[in-house]
Amino acid sequence: MNVLFYVSGAIAIIAALMVIVSTNAAHAVVYLVLTFLAMASVFLTLGAPLVGVLQIVIYAGAIIILFIFIIMMLDLGRQTRERERSWLSFPIWLLPSILSIVLIIEFAVVLSGHGTPNSGMVILPKEVGKTLYTHYVIGVELVSILLLAALVTGFHFGFSKCSGENHE
Amino acid sequence: MSSVPISHVLILAAILFVIGAFGLVVRRNLVFVLMSIEIMLSATGIAFAAAGSKWHQADGQAVVIFIFATAAAEVAVGLSLLLRIFRRLKTVDSDKLSTMKG
Amino acid sequence: MGDLLWTIVLIPFLGSAILAVFGAFMPKKIAGTIACASIGIAWFLSIIVAIRFVETGTANVPLYRWIYVNGLHADMSLHLDALSMLMVGVVTFVAFLIHLYAAQSMYAEDGYSRFFSYMNLFVGFMLILVLAANLLVLYLGWEGVGLCSFLLIGFWYKDIKNVHAAQKAFIITRIGDTALAIGLFLLFREFGTLDIQTILSNAGRVLPFAGATAAVIGFCLIGGAIGKSAQIPLQTWLPDAMAGPTPVSALIHAATMVTAGVYLLARMHTIISMSPAAQLSIAVIGTITLLYAGFSALTQVDIKRVLAYSTMSQIGYMFVALGVGAWTGAMFHFMTHAFFKALLFLSAGIVIDSLGGEHDIFKMGGLRTRLPIAFWTFLVGSASLSALPFITAGFYSKDEIIWAEWSSQLGSIWLLAGGLLGSLITAAYAFRVVFLVFYGEAETEVINKPGMLEKLAVIVLSIFSIIAGFISLPKALGGFDPFGRFLSGVLPHQPAAAGRSGLTAEEVILALSSTLSILGIYLAYAYFKNRLASEALGLSPTGIRVHTFLYSGWGADKLYDRVFARPYKALATWNRNDFIDKFYSGLGALARYANHNLSRTQTGKVRNYAAAVLFGAIVIAAIVLLR
Repeated sequence: MNVLFYVSGAIAIIAALMVIVSTNAAHAVVYLVLTFLAMASVFLTLGAPLVGVLQIVIYAGAIIILFIFIIMMLDLGRQTRERERSWLSFPIWLLPSILSIVLIIEFAVVLSGHGTPNSGMVILPKEVGKTLYTHYVIGVELVSILLLAALVTGFHFGFSKCSGENHE
Repeated sequence: MSSVPISHVLILAAILFVIGAFGLVVRRNLVFVLMSIEIMLSATGIAFAAAGSKWHQADGQAVVIFIFATAAAEVAVGLSLLLRIFRRLKTVDSDKLSTMKG
Repeated sequence: MGDLLWTIVLIPFLGSAILAVFGAFMPKKIAGTIACASIGIAWFLSIIVAIRFVETGTANVPLYRWIYVNGLHADMSLHLDALSMLMVGVVTFVAFLIHLYAAQSMYAEDGYSRFFSYMNLFVGFMLILVLAANLLVLYLGWEGVGLCSFLLIGFWYKDIKNVHAAQKAFIITRIGDTALAIGLFLLFREFGTLDIQTILSNAGRVLPFAGATAAVIGFCLIGGAIGKSAQIPLQTWLPDAMAGPTPVSALIHAATMVTAGVYLLARMHTIISMSPAAQLSIAVIGTITLLYAGFSALTQVDIKRVLAYSTMSQIGYMFVALGVGAWTGAMFHFMTHAFFKALLFLSAGIVIDSLGGEHDIFKMGGLRTRLPIAFWTFLVGSASLSALPFITAGFYSKDEIIWAEWSSQLGSIWLLAGGLLGSLITAAYAFRVVFLVFYGEAETEVINKPGMLEKLAVIVLSIFSIIAGFISLPKALGGFDPFGRFLSGVLPHQPAAAGRSGLTAEEVILALSSTLSILGIYLAYAYFKNRLASEALGLSPTGIRVHTFLYSGWGADKLYDRVFARPYKALATWNRNDFIDKFYSGLGALARYANHNLSRTQTGKVRNYAAAVLFGAIVIAAIVLLR
C-alpha cells in the first residue's frame, strides 16, 4: 500500500511536469488525464474512496472533456507548436524555476517533522455524506448556487449571436 | 489503510502545487494556464484529504468535494472566457491581452 | 526760517507726488508747469532763506524724532550753515533752469509727467542730502539720489541698453554706498552719535591724529565719495549714464549728484584732516582721475561722452582741492562747474535735438551760423571749462585749485604738474569739440530750432559761467574774496607751506596755467586745421592702438569684466549647482528613478502579475517561517 502511494505520487509528478512543458495542447490534455488518474490513486491510498472516485468522475470525466472541446474549437495548428516552443525559452522559465524551488524548500521545511504515520482507516462515503449535510450544509447550498452562477455565465459567454465581438 | 507519514503526503501535495504554480507563471498560452490551475486545485485536494485521514474525520473529504465543485465552476467560466478572448483577439496569447501603452 | 527751510525740502517731494499720482490725467503743459513751479518756488524760497541767513547765521531745524534706538538718536533734522546754504542755492537755481529747459525739450516724449516726477523727487532728495544735520539723514538723501539717478538713466526703459546703463550706475555706486555705510558704523562706534556737528567738534578729542581708526573711517568716507562722484576706481558708470535724456545728464551727472561726494568730504573735513594718509589719497585719486578722464575725453566721438569724461575730470580737480586742504577752493570750483557743465550739456542737447538725435561729433559741423545761440553758449561753456584767463568763471576756480596744489602744506610739485597737464588737455578736448561741431562743413542738416525756454536756460547759465568767478579773486589780482569769507565759518583755511607761498610764486603759476589753457586751445585749432595730417597720425598702427585704448576709458570696462564680473558669474553659476542643490535635485532624480522602475512593474501581462503574487506569497511564508 505504501508502495502504491509512492508510485502514484511519482507518476502524478512526472505527468504534471509533462503537462506544463508540452507544446502540443492535445498532448498536454492527455498528460493531464494521467495526472488526475494518479491523483485518484493517491486518494485511495489515503483511505478516501469517495473523493478518489469523484476525482475521476468530475475531473477526468467532465473537466477534461471541456478542455478537449475548447482545444478542438481553437484549432491550434502546427504554427502554434513552433510558437509555443519559442515561448518556452530559457530566460523565461529561469526565474519561475528559482521561485518554485524556493517554494518547495519552504514547504518541505514546514511540513516535515509532523511525522506521525497514517493509521490507515478508510473513511466511508456514508460518513462523508453525514458530515456534509449536517455540519457543512450551508457550504453545500452555497456551492450549488456557485454552480448555478457558473452555468449561467458559461451559457452567456458562449452565446455568440446577441453579444458579438463588436460590443463589449 | 497505509502508514505513509503524513508529511510525505503533504510534500507530494506541495510539489504538485508548485508545479502547477510554475506552469501558471511560465506559460503564455491561456489553455495551459487553465490546465495548471487545475493541477494546483487538485494538489490542494490531496492535502485536505491527507489532513482528514490523519485525524480520522470526514471533514477533509467534505472540503475536497467543495474544491471539486469550485474547480468545475471555475473551469466552465474560465473556458468560456477563453473562448470569448479567442473570438475577439484571434489568439490565445495572454500577453496580447495587455492594453498598456508604454 | 526753520519753516521756510523744511518747506524748501518738502515742495519738490510734493510736486513729485502730485505728478506721480495725477500726471497721467493732466495735460503735458500742466505737468510741466507744476514741475517747474515746484523747483521755482523752492529756489525763490532759498533766496529768502539766504537773505535771512546772512542776518541770523547758522540754524538748526529739528523736524521730528525719527530713530530712537538703544543709543542711536537720529532725528529728522536740517542744519543750515554757509556750506549747505551754498549747495541749496546752487542746486535749486541750476535745477530750476534745467527744469525749464526740459519742459520744452522733453515735450514730445511719452512719460513726460513720469520724467518730471522723477526729477522733482531727485531735487527733493538732493536737498535732504545737503541740509542733513546727521549722517543718517544724509545717507537717506544719498540713497535717494542714487535711486532717482537709476530711474532717470533708465527713463527710456524700453531699450534694454538704457536699463543696463542704469543698473551699472546703481551697482557701482552701491559699492561706494556700502563703504560709506561702514564708515557710518565706525563713526557711530567711536562717537556714539551720528550728528554731524557733534562729530566734527569732538573729532580731535575722540580720534587720535593719524591713527588707524581715523584712517579707516576716512577711507570709508572716501569710498562712498568716489562711488557717487565717479572717480577711479568706481568711474565706469558715468560715461554709460549718458544713455539718459540730456536734462538728466545736465542735472544729475554734471551739477548735483556727482558732486555729492565732494560735499560729503567737505562737510566731514575735520575727520578727513585727522588722517593725512586718507587726505593724501584723495589728492592722488583726484589727480589720476583728472588725467585719466582728460585723455579719454580726447578720443570720444559722442558729444555727451566727452562731457561725461569732462565731468569726471573736473571732479578730479575738486578732489585734489579737498586733498590738499583747499576746502573753499573745491566748493568754488563746484559752483562754477555746476554752471558751465550744465550749460555745456544743455547746449549740447540743443545741438543734438536740432540735428534730429545725432550724437556723433564727426557727423556735425558748420553749426556756427545755423545754430548761433547754441554756438555762443557752448563756446562760453567751453571757455569756462578750459579756464580761459580772466573772463571766465572757470579760470578763477581752477586757478585757485592749481595754486593750492603748489602752495598748500599738503601740496607738492607732482600735484601741480598733474593739474597743469590736466588744464592743457581740458582745453584741448573742449575746443576739439567746439571746432568739430561748429566749424567746417555741415554733415547733417538742422531740423529743429531751439525753443524759448531752452534758449533762456542756456543764456542765463552762460552769464553765470562768466560772472560767477568774480566773487573770489586770487591775491595776485586783488584778493577780493567774499566767497571765501562766506565759507570761512565752516571750512577752515589750510596753512601754506613754508617757502612756497608768496605773491611772485602765485603770479608765476597764474601765468603758467593761463598759457597752458591757450596752448590747449591752439592745439585743438591746429588739429582741426590740419585734419588730414592728424588723421594720418591717428590711423597709424600705434595710433590706432592708443586711440582704442583711450577711447574705451583705458580699458577699464574690460578690466573690470575680467577681474570681477566673469569670476563672480562663474562662481554664481557653480554655486547654482553645488552639493546642497545636488542633494535636493538628487531627491527629485531619485523619485523619478523610483517612479520609472516601479512603473515598469505594470506590464499589463497576466503572467507577470501571477508571478508577483507568487513571489509575495513566498516572501510572506518566509517571514512567517523565520520567526
